[in-house]
Amino acid sequence: MPSRRHRPGRGPQARAEERTAYLFLLPWFAGLLLLLAIPLVYAAYISLTNESLFESGRFIGLDNYAEMWDDPLFWKSLEVTIRWIVLSTPLFVAAGLGLSLLLNQRLPGMHLFRTILYIPAVLSGVAVTVLWFVLLNGESGAVNQLLRSAGWTDPPFWFDDRNWAMPAVAIMGLWGAGGGAVIFLAGLQNIPPHLYEAAAIDGAGALAKFRHITLPMLSPTIFFIAVNGVIDALLIFGPIFVISGGAYRGGPDDSLLFYMLYLYRKGFLEGQLGYAAALAWILTIIGVLMVWLTFRFERRFVFYESEQAE
Amino acid sequence: MRIRTAGVHSRRPLLPRLERLLWASLVYGALLLLALFILLPVGWMLTAALKPDTAPVFTYPPEWLPTRHFEWQTFVRALTDPDEPYLRYAANTAMLVFVNIVGSVVSNSLIAYAFARLRFRGRNLLFGILVATLLLPGPVLLIPQFLIFFNLGWYGTYLPLVVPSFLGNAFFVFLLRQYMRTIPRDLDEAARIDGAGHWQIFRHVILPLTAPALTVVAVFTFLGTWNDFFGPLLYLDDPDDFTVAIALATKVSRVGTEWNLLMAANLIAVIPPLVVYFLAQRRLIGGIASVGIRG
Repeated sequence: MPSRRHRPGRGPQARAEERTAYLFLLPWFAGLLLLLAIPLVYAAYISLTNESLFESGRFIGLDNYAEMWDDPLFWKSLEVTIRWIVLSTPLFVAAGLGLSLLLNQRLPGMHLFRTILYIPAVLSGVAVTVLWFVLLNGESGAVNQLLRSAGWTDPPFWFDDRNWAMPAVAIMGLWGAGGGAVIFLAGLQNIPPHLYEAAAIDGAGALAKFRHITLPMLSPTIFFIAVNGVIDALLIFGPIFVISGGAYRGGPDDSLLFYMLYLYRKGFLEGQLGYAAALAWILTIIGVLMVWLTFRFERRFVFYESEQAE
Repeated sequence: MRIRTAGVHSRRPLLPRLERLLWASLVYGALLLLALFILLPVGWMLTAALKPDTAPVFTYPPEWLPTRHFEWQTFVRALTDPDEPYLRYAANTAMLVFVNIVGSVVSNSLIAYAFARLRFRGRNLLFGILVATLLLPGPVLLIPQFLIFFNLGWYGTYLPLVVPSFLGNAFFVFLLRQYMRTIPRDLDEAARIDGAGHWQIFRHVILPLTAPALTVVAVFTFLGTWNDFFGPLLYLDDPDDFTVAIALATKVSRVGTEWNLLMAANLIAVIPPLVVYFLAQRRLIGGIASVGIRG
C-alpha cells in the first residue's frame, strides 16, 4: 500500500530508499536462498535418488515412490497418523472452546485460572512427555494408582497397550488445551456485546445465544485452531520419540508409528535419505490436501462479519 | 462472595440471585477441577524429585504434594552429576537461547521495517512470498537442509541451530510489521525534517516504539529454542554439547533410570520457561491472541 505522502516519482531519493530497503531485507533474502529455495530444489532431486547418509546416491527415477507403495510400514504410519488427526483435532478444538467458555465468565479470579491453565503450553514438550510417561506407567504410575483406589482394579496399561497408547497421547495433549483456549478467549471477547443484548431482548436463552451468536462469530477462530491442529497432528514427533524410546520402536504393535517417526527412522537411523525425502514429499502433499479440505469446509461453515482484513 | 455481573444481566431482574450463585459455583467447581488436573502432575513431579534414593517414588496412593521428603540435594546431584551434568546442558541451552534472541530480534526488526516503511519495487510481491512461506511445510525441507548443513561441515556444531534465526522468520516479520504500521508516520516525518536517514529513523524512532512486540518475539524465541528437540536431535553429536531437552529424551529411555533424578532434571527443564512465562505473561498471551485473531 503506497503511502500518499510520498511522491510517486523515481528520483535519486526513491532509488536511495530502494537500496536501503534491499539492504534491510538482505538477511531475509539470504534465508530464502539457504533455507528455502536451494533445499526445495534439492529435495525434489534427492527424492529421485538413492542418496544415503553413508554414500552419495545416483538417479533412480520414481523408484522410491514405487517402493513406498509396497512398504507396509509406510501404510501403517499413514493409518496411525490419519487416525490421530481424526481423534485429536476435534477433541482439542472442543476442549479449547469449552475451556474458553468457562474462562469467559465474568467472575472474580478468572485471571488466576487463565494463568494456571496456560502453564502447560509454555513447557518443553520433552519434559511434559517425560512427566506423563511416568504418570501413566501401567504398573505403578500415579494415574493408575488413583484409578485403582477409585475401584478400577485393572486400569489400562496406556503406552504399553496397543489400544490405549493413542488415547494416552491424547490425554497428554489435553493437558495443554489451555494454549488453544487463550486464542478462543480472545475471539470470544471480540464478539460485540450488543449482539447478545439484542438476543436477550428477543428472549433468547443461553443455549440459543451460543448456537446463533457465539458459534458463528467464533467460526474463524475455530477454523484457525482446526487448521493448526491438523498440521500439528500430521507433524507430531517429539512426544512419540520419547515415549517409544527412540525411533526404532513405534509403540506396541506399531500403534504409535507416526509418519514423522517413520520418516526419521528411514532417513537418519537407516540412512536412506532419498527414500525419506520421498516420504517427506508425500507428507507435504497430504498436508496441503488436508489444509485445502479444511478450507473447503470453511466456506460452508465459517461466517465472516466483514471482508475487511485490517 | 460478591459477584460482578455483566451489564446485560443486571437489567434482567428475572434471573434470581440464587440461580446466579448456583451458576457461579458450577463454573468455579469446573475450573477448580481443571486447575487440579494441571497442577497435581507438577506437584507429583516435585514430590518425586525431593525424595531420597531410598524412598519409593511410586506409592499407593500417589503423593501429589511434597510433605515428607525434602531432599534438595537431588537437584544438586542432577545439576552436577559428572556423567550427565544438567548445569552444563542448561548453560549450553542458555547460550543458544541468547544467540537466537539476538539473531531474531535484529534480523526480523530490520526486515519488518523495510516492509512497514520503505518503498521499493516488488514490495507487494515479496510480502506475498513472505506470507506464503508461513504456510510452507517444514518436513520437506528437513532432509535437504540437513544435507546442506552437513556438506557445509556444520554437523556436530551449533551453527544449524543458530544461523537460521539470523535469517528472518516469516511469522515474526509479520507480527512486527503489523505492529510498526500502527506507529504514526508523523514521527518519521519529524525525524526526517531533523535530517535523520532511514537507519536513524529505524534505530531511534521505530525500534524503541516496537519494544512490546519485540518482547513477544524474544519470548517466543526463548521458548522455541529452550524447548526445541528436533534440531539438537539431528545436529548435535557430542553429549557435551547437548541441550536440556535432548539430554532428557535420552535419559528417559535408558534402563534403570533413577526416577527422583529424572524428575529433578525434568524440573530443571521446566523452570526457566515458567519463570519467563510469569514475567512476560500479559504481553505473551496478548501476542498469541492477536496473532490468532489476525490469523
